[in-house]
Amino acid sequence: MDSDLLTALEVVVGVPAVLILYIWLTERFITPLGDRWQKRVRPWLWIVPALALLGFFLVYPTVQTIIRSFQSRSELRPRFVGFDNYKWFFTNEEGIGALVNNVLWLVFFTGFTVGMGLVIAILVDRVRYEALAKSIIFLPLAISMVAAGVIWKFMYDFKAPGTTQTGTLNGLLGLVGIGPVAWLQSPGWRLSTFALIAIMVWMWTGFAMVIISAALKGIDPELLEAARVDGANEWQVFRKIILPLLGPTLAVVSTTMIITSLKTFDIVYTLTNGNYDTEVIANLMVKEMFTFSHFGRASAVAVVLLLAIIPIMGFNIRQFRAQESVR
Amino acid sequence: MTVVAAPVPQATEKPKGERRTPRGRRALVLHLVVVVLMLIWAIPTVGLLVSSFRPADELSTSGWWTAFAPPYHFTLENYSDVLNQAGMGQAFVNSLFIAIPATIIPLFVAGFAAYAFSWMEFPGRDVLFVVIVGLLVVPLQMTLIPILKLFADWGLTGQFLSVWLAHTGYGLPFAVYLLRNFMGSLPRSVFESASLDGANHVTAFFRIALPMSVPAFAALAIFQFLFVWNDLLVALIYIGLSNSDNLPMTATMANLVNSLGGGWYLLGAAAFISMALPLAVFFGLQRYFVRGIVGGAVKG
Repeated sequence: MDSDLLTALEVVVGVPAVLILYIWLTERFITPLGDRWQKRVRPWLWIVPALALLGFFLVYPTVQTIIRSFQSRSELRPRFVGFDNYKWFFTNEEGIGALVNNVLWLVFFTGFTVGMGLVIAILVDRVRYEALAKSIIFLPLAISMVAAGVIWKFMYDFKAPGTTQTGTLNGLLGLVGIGPVAWLQSPGWRLSTFALIAIMVWMWTGFAMVIISAALKGIDPELLEAARVDGANEWQVFRKIILPLLGPTLAVVSTTMIITSLKTFDIVYTLTNGNYDTEVIANLMVKEMFTFSHFGRASAVAVVLLLAIIPIMGFNIRQFRAQESVR
Repeated sequence: MTVVAAPVPQATEKPKGERRTPRGRRALVLHLVVVVLMLIWAIPTVGLLVSSFRPADELSTSGWWTAFAPPYHFTLENYSDVLNQAGMGQAFVNSLFIAIPATIIPLFVAGFAAYAFSWMEFPGRDVLFVVIVGLLVVPLQMTLIPILKLFADWGLTGQFLSVWLAHTGYGLPFAVYLLRNFMGSLPRSVFESASLDGANHVTAFFRIALPMSVPAFAALAIFQFLFVWNDLLVALIYIGLSNSDNLPMTATMANLVNSLGGGWYLLGAAAFISMALPLAVFFGLQRYFVRGIVGGAVKG
């Protein structure tokens, strides 16, 4: 228990103390320098901890991965193989299937989370129990992927037709006399992929809703009132005033959701592991890496994922610049 | 993690009673829609909650909704089974030891960086910031092997420090983005007058930027805490492979389910025990969380 006490002390007192001491000491050290040098050195001292950690945990592995994607499988003596790993990805069925699924994720996950988030934010703004409603819809985000997987196993549970259904959805379908559906084992029409997307929509709509709702509350109510007095109906108020004002917020939320959709991994991994045509890029990468130990291919898959996100980053940068010019 | 920091329009606290509550039939439709949505969102969780109180043998033979009809079979056995597992208490403590510093460190590190990006001039500032935000897209799974190799060489594997630093690294792009957007929108005049009064940057950071950005820090703290508390993968790779004594609760839960094979009836109880603290944190800080995003735009 002694070591626990020591760790606790380290955690509660030590960690913040070190961080505050760092910034205080650097200021001390650069004070003797001239004003011009201070101005040049100080910003770097402030961002160096962040840069070092980012460089180590994100940039270094990325560079390694890009190099590795052009090499063969062997871990001990990797050999340069050019674009072979990429060729493999774009010519095998699983790779193409994963790409198709990720497009479905991008369109439907992003569409539903942002769309529902917007609708719910507007609706709950008009009821007295707004806080309760928002809490219920935000709650799934506080649940771990492992727990969410368990929750939806109970929802999607499937028993052979004729036996008692214990899954909530099949129980409901049974009430109206429709046969049980094997939600997570149906490759046809990629039903299982949509079943997985529904889970993530359940988890992330609250996120979109909270942010959109915050922006909504930021709109000056007098502006809306003025429009109403001038004879605009609710739809016109929404279409002509609320929607344009929410524009930047919706853009940021959409970007966030697109990145989340492209990086989708946990829920696929825990519920189907890519079977029944539910494969996604991130899961394919993990499979190549940990199941088949083919690091060359895994790296190539990761690079494809990175490349897919570049256009979205480009859009984000433009947004950022636009915002910067307003400030 | 992902991006929040939306450029939110001017925030004005809406006085109570100004809510536009429709009346009559439209009101009925509105309430109906909202209540149905709340039900849809709550049912999955409620189903599991009810299941977690049901006896194991009934779980696999009947749906959870049948528990509300006689005979009312409820039991606390699942919970006591989970809690009596060896090492559960230690795992809870470990989870705290991991999650608290892994939340505090990125707050400070990102706070310093965000301050520099907002209120200091230096060459390459914008490019650097864009690169940091761009790192949001790096898939976490990709980084595990190269980092693990280095950690093993340095003898860091199995130690709390390794996951503190790892979660800081993974959380930073989001944290810097969120805080920079918030701090950057604070009124310039406040910092200028502080500087005239002779305050240096350290003072300005701790006395002005930090207190004025409390909502943003709180929002970030919630996200980072939830992310770390719910994480399984990072802890498993950097700690689990060499020192299973330091593993967090998510790992113990996953273990419990795997090793017992038929232990899936414990899943519900296990899931709720692991959810308890994050939910408490969420409801406790929720007020700040919403304000963190709303208040972000006191544009100067």
